[in-house]
Amino acid sequence: MARIIGGVTTSHVPAIGAALDNGKSGEPYWKKVFDGYEFSKRWIRKAKPDVILLVYNDHASAFSLDIIPTFALGCAAEFPIADEGWGPRPVPKVVGHPELAAHIAQSVILDEFDLTVVNKMDVDHGLTVPLSLMYGQPQEWPCRVIPLPVNVVVYPPPTAHRCYQFGKALGKAIRAYPEDLRVVVFGTGGMSHQLQGPRAGLINSAYDRKFLDLMTKNPRKLASVTHLELVRETGSEGIELVMWLIMRGALDEKVREVHRFYHVPASNTAVGHLILENLK
Amino acid sequence: MKSLRKPAYDDIPGTTVFDAQRARQGYHLNMFCMSLMKAENREAFKANERAYLDRWPMSEPQKQAVLARDWNRMIALGGNIYFLAKLFFTDQKSFQYVAAVMTGSTQEEYAQMMLNGGRPVKGNRYRREWRRKRGKAHG
Repeated sequence: MARIIGGVTTSHVPAIGAALDNGKSGEPYWKKVFDGYEFSKRWIRKAKPDVILLVYNDHASAFSLDIIPTFALGCAAEFPIADEGWGPRPVPKVVGHPELAAHIAQSVILDEFDLTVVNKMDVDHGLTVPLSLMYGQPQEWPCRVIPLPVNVVVYPPPTAHRCYQFGKALGKAIRAYPEDLRVVVFGTGGMSHQLQGPRAGLINSAYDRKFLDLMTKNPRKLASVTHLELVRETGSEGIELVMWLIMRGALDEKVREVHRFYHVPASNTAVGHLILENLK
Repeated sequence: MKSLRKPAYDDIPGTTVFDAQRARQGYHLNMFCMSLMKAENREAFKANERAYLDRWPMSEPQKQAVLARDWNRMIALGGNIYFLAKLFFTDQKSFQYVAAVMTGSTQEEYAQMMLNGGRPVKGNRYRREWRRKRGKAHG
């Protein structure tokens, strides 16, 4: 049977990808960010996931204002890298796992989470930056990736509670898959950041640190956080944190925190990163 | 019919929450931005910005805001930062550059503010806090 080994949360700031792609990762400003992922690179090489279920948000790359799915699942065999305006990032194409994805879609829809099945989709920095942070710059990504984009662009995104419950349905679906696959779930975005308007640059480290604590110890409490609180306390784009709850829901109630990294700033953003392992 | 307007998030200062109504208002502006994901469209736009903009049924103020790269104005007219990113990436500018412009700071000041830990949340949660600050500044 498929098994969820653990979960990873990480910010997905596009400038992190640009720093890596342009050979600037050794510069002092960026080294402070990449150093926080040294442990993580070793961890994931050892964990050897066959599949990553990667929860992220599309940044107006695959989805325009024509169609805005709240939860979508990439069921294709491959996902090309999006051109976000400066040409596609020079990273390997993303290879999916259509069989597991189809199984997940069936399972969660029958569990009343009516996600949108997507069979053609470009993936943007929201998905590729977390892979770069965890794997560096390989010729090919070492595992399959199932993209799970969540709408956080057009307000309102799904609630934190809905995300947490959805994560539980995803976990149940993965654990019921008959093949012996090692699965890691990523919840990306956050932490505090605001990219627009005169309040841009907002950072709330105290809130972020409490959020990190609760992710490990008391995710139920986080599931009751409102959108209004997230926008007020962590910035208009800090609302991406709801996506972390999807990952957390897919894990067991009790988890082991094996790594934590928190750093300000990466461009406009507070970088928050956790690795959580299921106990059994 | 009860309106969905005047939501609670409107009392957060310096912040525009991109809701469904703003998505309607900014539909063509944002779709124009998204067209810049294709290299040939970027070339056409750069060759003659006005002519390229005229292909889109945007309002004249939206077009003027684009031509002036008035980012706060674009947001006020229904633009969303992730769509606008296609425009400033076409200009070879970063999120941090545009954030600095939107806050009325220089690049250096803004970058330094971020290195110092960012804009603190204290005093930046409610519009009334900004009104009070402005009152003091003018008084």
